[in-house]
Amino acid sequence: MSGVEETLNETVEVKEDNEFDGEVEDHPVDDYMADPTRYVFYRDRKDWADLEPVPQDDGPSPVVKIAYSEKFSDVYDYFRALLKNDERSERAFALTADAIELNAANYTVWHYRRVLLQALAKDLREEMRYITAIIEEQPKNYQVWHHRRMVVEWLNDPSEELEFIADILSQDAKNYHAWQHRQWVIQEYKLWESELEFVENLLEEDVRNNSAWNQRHFVISHTTGFSDAGVLDREIQYCLNQIRKAPHNESAWNYLKGMLQDRGLSTQPGLLEKVLELKETHCSPYLLAFLFDCYEDSLESSSQKENIDEEEQKISLKKALEICELLAQDKDTIRKEYWLFLGRSLKAKYGGGDGGTDALSEDPEASVPTSEPQELN
Amino acid sequence: SPPVQLKTNSSDVLCLDASRPWLCFWILHSLELLEQPIPAAVASEVCQFLAHCQSPTGGFAGGPGQHAHLAPTYAAVNALCIIGTEEAYNVIDREKLLDFLWSVKQPDGSFVMHVGGEVDVRSAYCAASVASLTNILTPKLFEDTTNWILSCQNWEGGLSGVPGLEAHGGYTFCGTAALVILGKEHMLDLKALLRWVVSRQMRFEGGFQGRCNKLVDGCYSFWQAGLLPLLHRALFKEGESELSRQRWMFEQQALQEYILLCCQNPTGGLLDKPGKSRDFYHTCYCLSGLSIAQHFGNMDLHHELILGKDDNRLAPTHPVYNICPERVAQALQHFHRLPAPEDPRSSKNDNGIF
Repeated sequence: MSGVEETLNETVEVKEDNEFDGEVEDHPVDDYMADPTRYVFYRDRKDWADLEPVPQDDGPSPVVKIAYSEKFSDVYDYFRALLKNDERSERAFALTADAIELNAANYTVWHYRRVLLQALAKDLREEMRYITAIIEEQPKNYQVWHHRRMVVEWLNDPSEELEFIADILSQDAKNYHAWQHRQWVIQEYKLWESELEFVENLLEEDVRNNSAWNQRHFVISHTTGFSDAGVLDREIQYCLNQIRKAPHNESAWNYLKGMLQDRGLSTQPGLLEKVLELKETHCSPYLLAFLFDCYEDSLESSSQKENIDEEEQKISLKKALEICELLAQDKDTIRKEYWLFLGRSLKAKYGGGDGGTDALSEDPEASVPTSEPQELN
Repeated sequence: SPPVQLKTNSSDVLCLDASRPWLCFWILHSLELLEQPIPAAVASEVCQFLAHCQSPTGGFAGGPGQHAHLAPTYAAVNALCIIGTEEAYNVIDREKLLDFLWSVKQPDGSFVMHVGGEVDVRSAYCAASVASLTNILTPKLFEDTTNWILSCQNWEGGLSGVPGLEAHGGYTFCGTAALVILGKEHMLDLKALLRWVVSRQMRFEGGFQGRCNKLVDGCYSFWQAGLLPLLHRALFKEGESELSRQRWMFEQQALQEYILLCCQNPTGGLLDKPGKSRDFYHTCYCLSGLSIAQHFGNMDLHHELILGKDDNRLAPTHPVYNICPERVAQALQHFHRLPAPEDPRSSKNDNGIF
């Protein structure tokens, strides 16, 4: 998953230095300079003694209380102190890394870290290394990707991005944040050149990767466009080839339709015939839906012509309604309500004098709205 | 005795330390769907806590002392509207909230989630939701937002987080619901959107996927199925004559089966899919989706379809705000009695000078 749910629903894999907590009291606090690998609470660090930690003010009767670890409270008590004083120092910068490690979704900490990066004129190349590591560990977090984007912008250097993102995608080929970052980089720095090849490779690995199909659409629409007849032919061929290899791949069918819907599905010469051929050996609910769309489009475009061929319209309508019925009752029953609606809609729009088929009417409805619950056992 | 989950949480939610108003909303909304009353003392404590999450510069943050962010702002306002007392409504500093919304508004019509933060379509929904509920919505505030949201509808028919990306259930819900609030949903290609969303219901599982060719997840029971009531109303307003008067255009029974049979933790709470652990987010959105699947219609026309026992029945939820419709009405009534705040940015004299 990525997207909306991520910011709300990150499952906890927070690393805690639990093994150190018991030992802290046994050693003099200066020792953390001697052995920097042993964790010392900020409250015990001499070089932080000047700062008064600020406990979290949840109010008198907090709700949704979180059971913070000692380490968490300590770090954030000091973070709040820094924030309160707007302290812009190296030690503040170092603390933000601890705060981020404890909760990488704390966007206030990230914002502060960016303020410090600029105020202290920190080495942004080093920050790139840092953010690279964090993203590798937590690739489904909004804040880390936004931070990387800021650093890339400040450096004005996208040179590592495509390779980095490719690496993240090699671990999860549909990571929404990764694709978002990739599209931003490509668009901002005009790095279109090798992207279609990149997409094709991904589709070779998994022809059902809808993110890759989307990227294909993204690249083509921003470069050659889909108006070029050569491009359109190539893309249609590509789709049909992928469909032959994997007939039940919804992405390929959606792409075919998505490419053609603005200019009209029925305007593509020979396409309907090819799809009707495929129907014999590579049928799927998606193929049938595509056929329906072709017939609907031909009804739409023929109804706008000066000389409407009524016979042809009647045939197209009949075929379209047959497909709706087939999908609703047999081939795509999960979408029955939808296909029935489409059938009724089409009939209402183009049905004209013809009585039409009764089979498409839905189950008898009460003429008076009912509010009685209907139990399903 | 009513559960007091709100008061303590396990350490598993450290990663939600910047999302505490969300925890309030997920839990309160789940309780209201289950028709479990919120004890007055608890309600008051939630109000006081959310007041501590409110930023001095306006809007709500993920926790006390943090910066304001549109997501916890949305959650906090919703939670307060669920509570629905004067105390709750009075927590919200409307003038400051408007300041906050202006502070995250971008010239191209989009909103960043927080100052110095990222843009995506969630922000438009969060902004539109809180602005409309609290009566601080001005046309100027959402100037160009409509067009920006529309540019998120892609070749698949659904909406992406930002223009160019893959269509995704969460973002599609946010963009569509925002447009409904702004009265502009008719500007979408409704037919293409309808085809996309109905295609997201899984024919075997019965639940919904977030994106084409991905796996089912209980939370999409709301984000995806919740689009159908919105589209039903939008199509109706556009003069569509063939809409059902009893059913949404998705398989309501199959969704209820998925949620009830596959998404429940036997010790309580709901989840993504079998094998996943429960959490408050999934509990909220699985229940919200179950409510959508059980209730067709609105105040005038209501048809219920309850799978299993009568007491599986949940309260209805409002498909735009995802709190109960009575709470929406009550909040609108309360805040519309108050004057819309002074908004100097929204007024120009005739010469176009501020």
